[in-house]
Amino acid sequence: MSTATHHKGQPDTAAPAIELRGISKAFGPVQANKDISIRVMPGTIHGIIGENGAGKSTLMSILYGFYKADAGEIFILGQKTAIPDSQAAIAAGIGMVFQHFKLVENFTVLENVILGAEDGRLLRPSLAKARKSLRNLATEYGLDVDPDAVIQDIGVGMQQRVEILKALYRQADILILDEPTGVLTPAEADQLFRILDRLRAEGKTIILITHKLREIMEITDTVSVMRRGEMTATVKTADTSPEALAELMVGRKVLLQVEKQPARPGATMLEVENLHVTDEKGVERLKGISLEIKAGEILGIAGVAGNGQSELLEVLGGMIPGTGTIRVNGQDLDLTGKHSDGRSRRARGIAHVPEDRQREGLIMPYTAWENSVFGYHNDPAYQKNMLLMNNAGILKDADDMMNRFDVRPPNPRLSAKNFSGGNQQKIVVAREIERNPDLLLVGQPTRGVDIGAIEFIHKQIIALRDQGKAILLVSVELDEILSLSDRIAVMFDGQIMGERLPGQTNPQELGLLMAGVAGKAA
Amino acid sequence: MDKMPKWADVILIPLISLLLAAIISALVILAIGEDPIAAVKLMVNGALGSTYGWGYTLYYATNFMFTGLAVAVAFHASLFNIGGEGQAMLGGLGVALICLFVPWPHWSLALLGATAAAAVFGAAWAAIPAYLQARRGSHIVITTIMFNFIAAAVLNYVLVNVLRPTGQMDPATGKFPTATHLPTLHDILSPLGIAFSKAAPANVSLIVAVLACVAVWLLIWRTRFGYELRAYGFSESGARYAGISPFRITMLAMMISGGLAGMMAINNVMGEAERLVMNAVEGAGFIGIAVALMGRNHPFGVFLAAILFGFLYQGGAELALWTSIPRELITVIQALVILFTGALDNMVRMPLEKLFLALRRKEG
Amino acid sequence: MDYLTILQILDSTIRLATPLLLACLAGLFSERAGIFDIGLEGKMLMAAFLSAAVAYVSGSAWLGLLAGIAASMALSILHGLASITFRGNQLISGVAINFLAAGLTVLIAQDWFRQGGRTPSLAGNARFEPITLPFAETLQSVPVLGPLYHDLISGHTALVYLAFACVPATWWVLYRTRFGLRLRAVGENPAAVDTAGVSVVGLRYAAVVICGILCGIAGAYLATALQAGFVKDMTAGRGYIALAALIFAKWRPWYALSATLLFGLLQAVALRYQNIDLGGVIIPVQVMDALPYILTVVILAGFVGKAIPPRAGGEPYVKER
Repeated sequence: MSTATHHKGQPDTAAPAIELRGISKAFGPVQANKDISIRVMPGTIHGIIGENGAGKSTLMSILYGFYKADAGEIFILGQKTAIPDSQAAIAAGIGMVFQHFKLVENFTVLENVILGAEDGRLLRPSLAKARKSLRNLATEYGLDVDPDAVIQDIGVGMQQRVEILKALYRQADILILDEPTGVLTPAEADQLFRILDRLRAEGKTIILITHKLREIMEITDTVSVMRRGEMTATVKTADTSPEALAELMVGRKVLLQVEKQPARPGATMLEVENLHVTDEKGVERLKGISLEIKAGEILGIAGVAGNGQSELLEVLGGMIPGTGTIRVNGQDLDLTGKHSDGRSRRARGIAHVPEDRQREGLIMPYTAWENSVFGYHNDPAYQKNMLLMNNAGILKDADDMMNRFDVRPPNPRLSAKNFSGGNQQKIVVAREIERNPDLLLVGQPTRGVDIGAIEFIHKQIIALRDQGKAILLVSVELDEILSLSDRIAVMFDGQIMGERLPGQTNPQELGLLMAGVAGKAA
Repeated sequence: MDKMPKWADVILIPLISLLLAAIISALVILAIGEDPIAAVKLMVNGALGSTYGWGYTLYYATNFMFTGLAVAVAFHASLFNIGGEGQAMLGGLGVALICLFVPWPHWSLALLGATAAAAVFGAAWAAIPAYLQARRGSHIVITTIMFNFIAAAVLNYVLVNVLRPTGQMDPATGKFPTATHLPTLHDILSPLGIAFSKAAPANVSLIVAVLACVAVWLLIWRTRFGYELRAYGFSESGARYAGISPFRITMLAMMISGGLAGMMAINNVMGEAERLVMNAVEGAGFIGIAVALMGRNHPFGVFLAAILFGFLYQGGAELALWTSIPRELITVIQALVILFTGALDNMVRMPLEKLFLALRRKEG
Repeated sequence: MDYLTILQILDSTIRLATPLLLACLAGLFSERAGIFDIGLEGKMLMAAFLSAAVAYVSGSAWLGLLAGIAASMALSILHGLASITFRGNQLISGVAINFLAAGLTVLIAQDWFRQGGRTPSLAGNARFEPITLPFAETLQSVPVLGPLYHDLISGHTALVYLAFACVPATWWVLYRTRFGLRLRAVGENPAAVDTAGVSVVGLRYAAVVICGILCGIAGAYLATALQAGFVKDMTAGRGYIALAALIFAKWRPWYALSATLLFGLLQAVALRYQNIDLGGVIIPVQVMDALPYILTVVILAGFVGKAIPPRAGGEPYVKER
């Protein structure tokens, strides 16, 4: 077997802490896991890496009894173990920290910790015992949390600690963490890794699911790579490199560089000055953003998810109100009033490929032809008369458009939900680009999209730039930012930390900016 | 891929649900010691065996078309308007006021005026819960329920203290002027040489109801507003992205819904009773829920389901007349239809989906 | 208004608040577990009928009570089946249950008793009799407190005392027991309960069954204690008023007591006085009738403190993908 024989933790004496054999799971027609086998030795940190949708979370949810596998076996410390539900997983010493925390928001930390692990029918003794136990765990692992704090009042970093404490309180020896750093600031992530290190030193076994290569290299002992529901490799972390892992993840050598000519920037198309956005909960999401994009230029926004990039796109796209100044083509946009909605933005020549195509960019039960005018359905071109829409005309246009953009299957009468992620995204991109906008907002253009479609979409974006349009690109994929952008701005905590030129920077420097560490002056 | 073909979703599932409701209803009839087959025969005879029966069936169906459309329009915007009852009551008030206090020269003009008044009153009554949902976040189901009761109190007050003619005991308005009396199907059909029962209450409102079905179909599937309404119903975040105002959709959808429910009053208040009484709506607002569910929120489906329920209502009345089965049997059937086509939809759907998936695997 | 009149109105308040309180607590258990229940009305009605029918046939109000609870629980389980097992729309299920009860009660009543959809009047042991508390008679002559004890506190049926005892009991169960913790959790975030190894389905069914029991008692009280027998539609919207009270009470047991007492008082006043003359301004009886609903709308709209329902309420639990 190719699993590790060297451990930073305990010596290799026992059977694997976890062994999965031939796990398969399908959701309807989608095969999420195909015949997956894996072994994890006790006292190690094992990484599972793969793209979004590769089946990592499904596999771990099966191990935690949240889903039932269609086929396969699970062995815990060499013992074949049936895990039909989470209760069985807990009994087998497995704890899981889900990507979306499973906490009761209006309960205290203590109540969340004991939920499901109470000692008797009455709460009082359970709470007292848990309070004591939390104190011990805090000193043992450095997991300090106020037991009486209510979950909705504490930050995500703290909430994650509560999830870890929940597992430890249930005496888990095996801890699964699903994309734990996605919502954390870099400082919180470092803190988390210190805690994981300490847990490993105490002999706990940890499975870390992530799609970030840096994390794998930093903390794991061994790593498995998943692609399209299959396990493509398991290697010792020390014996591999980020490049090799990246190749295993996507299945072939990744073309990091997109073919493109140098930009020929024209007049200023978008000017943003001192832009502020405060969300419904009163949290300030954008803290005075200023930037500009010229015609014929792509400005890439890099940053860890949740640092205000989404809000920047949404306020530009007219989905949320803001304060400050936004000028397109030298004219001010309405940020709060009657003309601050998406329809008005489109009328001003702003097109928007939103971050979440399934919840925003498309109406999933709508047919492709209905979606092909979504947001532009008020255009006079699509009306038959005062009252009715020109459905036949829209259908015909959609048919042409789908052929031009190679959407498969090229059937405009099919519902959006019946297309693959890549083809759904092509419908959205086609709709927005065909509008010939002055400014294109693009959020996570290739999230959950297959390689072929990625290349196609990248080419379309560059072609639009070469026609002299301004493009604002937001992506959490640094590679995408580096290969598409003409300039890169890095966002952290609702602010722009600095701007770099792609040819004169590197992922390390950008990473520091993304972590909120201001580098040399921009 | 879709889990099953469209025809199964649109036709097969409602039919199976209806069949289940029918089987249980038959068992209920058996349990109270009556013969279900004889009961069905009696119902068919009573409701469809004469123009008199048809006249009643179509009269009830007219009510249910309006209230069924009302529920369906709101459903498309993902709003559950359970307040059709109250909106229809207020619609009745609008009809009463406009018939009593405007000297109409001819029924056709009176019908136009009354339709507008009914729609405006119903829409206004639905607008308040809609506003509270869109701006204050109150749950529209609860507010519309509350508004049904408030409507009853309002109507009670107006009938007892304001509109009741002096000297009259029961809480009702006086008779509407003759000029506002609507032609019945008998009046409409006899010039064409078709004999139709004189005693049956079906009237020209039926035509308005059918036109409303067509109008709603056009509205939902052929207009920009319908496009936005359905988009909002499927995904609120999608609507926000496309620049569709949730406030506008919620308000308009509910006002159209309330207007349709209110319009029922031209049938029961103006066409049949020719005065406004306390319990004029007789639960038709609630039957709209069953009709919309049964008709899959499609105007044509609503049309068919309304006729089915019209048949059940008239047939049920006949049953109550000739057997010891009370009219409440219809309430039970209505409950079973709502249960199977609405709440227990998955009970029918899940095994069918599995079946179709298995069939497809076999083919593939 | 003299002291005795006030006592009489308050006494009537307690009688009228009792079914509201029971139904409100029933709804509280269900909705706290994340199952919306607009079928309280139907469950009460079904229980009212069956309790009256069984009490009449057996001559025992207590057997009637059991039958009423069974009837209400059957509808509860139907609601559970629709909304928990088959993940249907809870509101639609509630509507269906209300109609089912409205129809079936009359249908069966007519079949069994042939009195136009009602049960025969109950008498003797077929009804719950008022209980005179110890010393009520002897203390009656004590000024102020005597009549208070005799007229207001003493002299109710067992079910009234039971209903009021349910308030602290509900509070205790909800906030002091393991079951209560889990119940509240499953209404807020069922995924948290599921991943903690506790059955969401089991908890929700338990909540729905408790709701059925309490609605059953409420219905039995209506037919065998407040009144003497079942008549068509005798719940008369009480299930909806209880629902309103539940929102008014922000899903909390002690608040539920205050809310139902307030709504009971409104009913008592409306029953006693038709139109109320407040120094020249006449408040018509219809205003009193509509007041619970208006107050609920006002509360719901957040004009007087925001009522935040359990977060997972109304949503069937599906494991996310």
